[in-house]
Amino acid sequence: MSVTMESCNCVEPPWPADELLMKYQYISDFFIALAYFSIPLELIYFVKKSAVFPYRWVLVQFGAFIVLCGATHLINLWTFGMHSRTVAVVMTTAKVLTAVVSCATALMLVHIIPDLLSVKTREIFLKNKAAELDREMGLIRTQEETGRHVRMLTHEIRSTLDRHTILKTTLVELGRTLALEECALWMPTRTGLELQLSYTLRHQNPVEFTVPIQLPVINQVISTNRAVKISPNCPVARLRPLAGKYMPGEVVAVRVPLLHLSNFHINDWPELSTKRYALMVLMLPSDSARQWHGHELELVEVVADQVAVALSHAAILEESMRARDLLMEQNVALDRARREAETAIRARNDFLAVMNHEMRTPMHAIIALSSLLQETELTPEQRLMVETILKSGNLLATLINDVLDLSRLEDGSFQLEIRTFNLHALFRELLNLIKPIASVKKLSVLLSLAPDLPEYAVGDEKRLMQIILNVVGNAVKFTKEGSISITAFIEKSESLRDPRAPEFFPVPSDSHFYLRVHVKDSGSGITPQDIPKLFTKFAQSQSLATRNSGGSGLGLAICKRFVNLMEGHIWIESEGLGKGCTAIFIVKLGIPERVNESKLPFVPKVPTIHGRTNFPGLKVLVMDDNGVNRTVTKELLVHLGCDVTTVSSGDECLQVVSQEHKVVFMDISVPGNTDRVTKENCLRLGMDGVILKPVSVDKMRSVLSELLDQQVVFGAQ
Amino acid sequence: MEGVLQLQRQLIDYTTSLYNEGFLDDQFTQLQQLQDESNPDFVVEVVSLFFEDSERLLNELSKALDQQSVDFKKVDAHVHQLKGSSSSIGAQRVQRICIAFRNYCEEKNIEGCLKSLQQVKNEYSLVKNKLESLFKLQQQLSAACGSIPME
Repeated sequence: MSVTMESCNCVEPPWPADELLMKYQYISDFFIALAYFSIPLELIYFVKKSAVFPYRWVLVQFGAFIVLCGATHLINLWTFGMHSRTVAVVMTTAKVLTAVVSCATALMLVHIIPDLLSVKTREIFLKNKAAELDREMGLIRTQEETGRHVRMLTHEIRSTLDRHTILKTTLVELGRTLALEECALWMPTRTGLELQLSYTLRHQNPVEFTVPIQLPVINQVISTNRAVKISPNCPVARLRPLAGKYMPGEVVAVRVPLLHLSNFHINDWPELSTKRYALMVLMLPSDSARQWHGHELELVEVVADQVAVALSHAAILEESMRARDLLMEQNVALDRARREAETAIRARNDFLAVMNHEMRTPMHAIIALSSLLQETELTPEQRLMVETILKSGNLLATLINDVLDLSRLEDGSFQLEIRTFNLHALFRELLNLIKPIASVKKLSVLLSLAPDLPEYAVGDEKRLMQIILNVVGNAVKFTKEGSISITAFIEKSESLRDPRAPEFFPVPSDSHFYLRVHVKDSGSGITPQDIPKLFTKFAQSQSLATRNSGGSGLGLAICKRFVNLMEGHIWIESEGLGKGCTAIFIVKLGIPERVNESKLPFVPKVPTIHGRTNFPGLKVLVMDDNGVNRTVTKELLVHLGCDVTTVSSGDECLQVVSQEHKVVFMDISVPGNTDRVTKENCLRLGMDGVILKPVSVDKMRSVLSELLDQQVVFGAQ
Repeated sequence: MEGVLQLQRQLIDYTTSLYNEGFLDDQFTQLQQLQDESNPDFVVEVVSLFFEDSERLLNELSKALDQQSVDFKKVDAHVHQLKGSSSSIGAQRVQRICIAFRNYCEEKNIEGCLKSLQQVKNEYSLVKNKLESLFKLQQQLSAACGSIPME
């Protein structure tokens, strides 16, 4: 058989045609093509459906690759039989294109696949992260929950100041928040050696249950401020018989510091030292698998601290309430006492007022009638009797007056009568009063006033006179022979102090000065033991030699009261029996505003015509080389009633002077202006006194008085 | 009567002013007090005596300070005298200057002494004039009503 080979532009299939195999290949190729065409369609469909697909151009490339592959396989279908050259060409083109695209795709995949893989990795990473965040969120929520619980608990606890309510509320709230089976509070006993079960949550009537405080488990809990898990079998946790058959719930204990008031020091915070602790025990429900979580333990610790604070507040409040009650009681008592005292004083004053009048009336009668009786004809015995009656009457009258004065002085109702008076005149009057009495006892009285003692002072003249009279009177009374000397001067800071009253410190000012008077006598003296008694009422020293003094014992007490009212001090010094004593008192007097000095606008006074002559016929010699001075001095002395002779030189003086001249005034001209030196020199030379010009009439008068009385002049201007 | 009252008023005012201005002090009052019926012209007499004395002393002082070598002791003695008299009648300002004058003498300070002398002379003339006026007023008043009120 020969086949006629016509020349045609056909291509021979590469392999011999085998019918069955060819059929299968034909079908497979068809299906491949089908698949290859449908894949891109599917891709397009699904990608279009989903929003996210970043690699669109990849899709295109891939689509092209698949389509071309499909096309290749499809065209292959025609190459099974005889096919024209065109088909071959198309087939070749398709194949070439496919090859190109496939290679491109392969290359591209190298690029893409790692990216896709990393996407996967990132996805896994994100998933993990999300899980972690979820967990954290869970934690935070739990914490927030805990915080809320704590706040609520704290609020509940702090909303009351009652100790029991605080503790009860704590247990209740804790029990509720943490869903506890049992919650108990153990408080230390008074002795501090045991813990007593004080509060429980579920137990209605807790038995008086105590455990010693020195148990190791308790020490363990107390030594830390954290909540400590303890065994359910330890004494503090075994509150009631185990109900469940299974495991009892976990138990936690925490210390509650009981802050005491005394622990709140400013500088050191109460850390260790003697602290008392209570124990709070919390039990989870038994037969549950619950465990104590960290946040729950934290909650318990915070609550324990809050409870401590709340308890201390409650304690402070209790304390202050108690103190206030106490004060109120005291106030009431004091008020009552004051009213009683006032009533008593009023009663006494009324009594005194009545007695004053009642006692004085008969006294007056006695004294008046006795004096009248004295004037009548009496036998010597009768006269003696009447004199005694009179003396006793006078004494009694004085005593009554003294008692009344003293009582008025004591209850503070006494007021000094303050006015301006002549201080010098007061002393002169004193002298006039005392002299006769003293001369009867043949005592000499010396009065010396300091030169700077103001003539006028502001104070209570009558009471000051009373003081001086009393003191001087005592001096005269207790002196049998010798002299009494009275000196008055202004208190200076260097003056002697009373050794028994160092706190008395007079401070003069522009408007006040302190008058100091010394009364020294040469009498019987006083022993040092008796000196403090002198000023107490009614106490008379037994050791006094003369007992017929007639003193009521009140005089000095009254003096002391008056002196105190004048913001002064009075005391007596004595060296002992037989050595005399010196009474010293200091009183505060005011300086009168109307000062008799030339600083102020001066209005010349009306001169009073002095009719009286103090020193009638006193022969005086005046020596002065200055004519003006001579004339003035002479007239001064003439004015006082003296018989004055004047000379102008020392020689003339010696010629003229005689026994008759009682006083000689000599003018001395000394260089320099130091008067004190002059004075000292003069006194040393035997002069009896020094006065400085110009001399006023009053000054001259007092100088002459002193000269004649004491033979010496202390008061120099 | 009006004239008398007016004169009285004048006298009182004048006297008060002398005290206020420091020409006279308490001592002058003392002098006035010493004057009474037995010695009615005491004040005038004493003051005249003072004038004589002072003029003499001031002359002495001028002479003494004019010397080449000044005898301070003598000057001091004169000033002391002047001080004494002026204080006796209450011529306060004169007395004060004398005190300062004496200090200068002690220091032997010629300048000071001369200055003080001048001051003393001035003050003396002033007080002399014042006192003479005062006496004239008193005379007028006594002429008008026959007595000198010492107010």
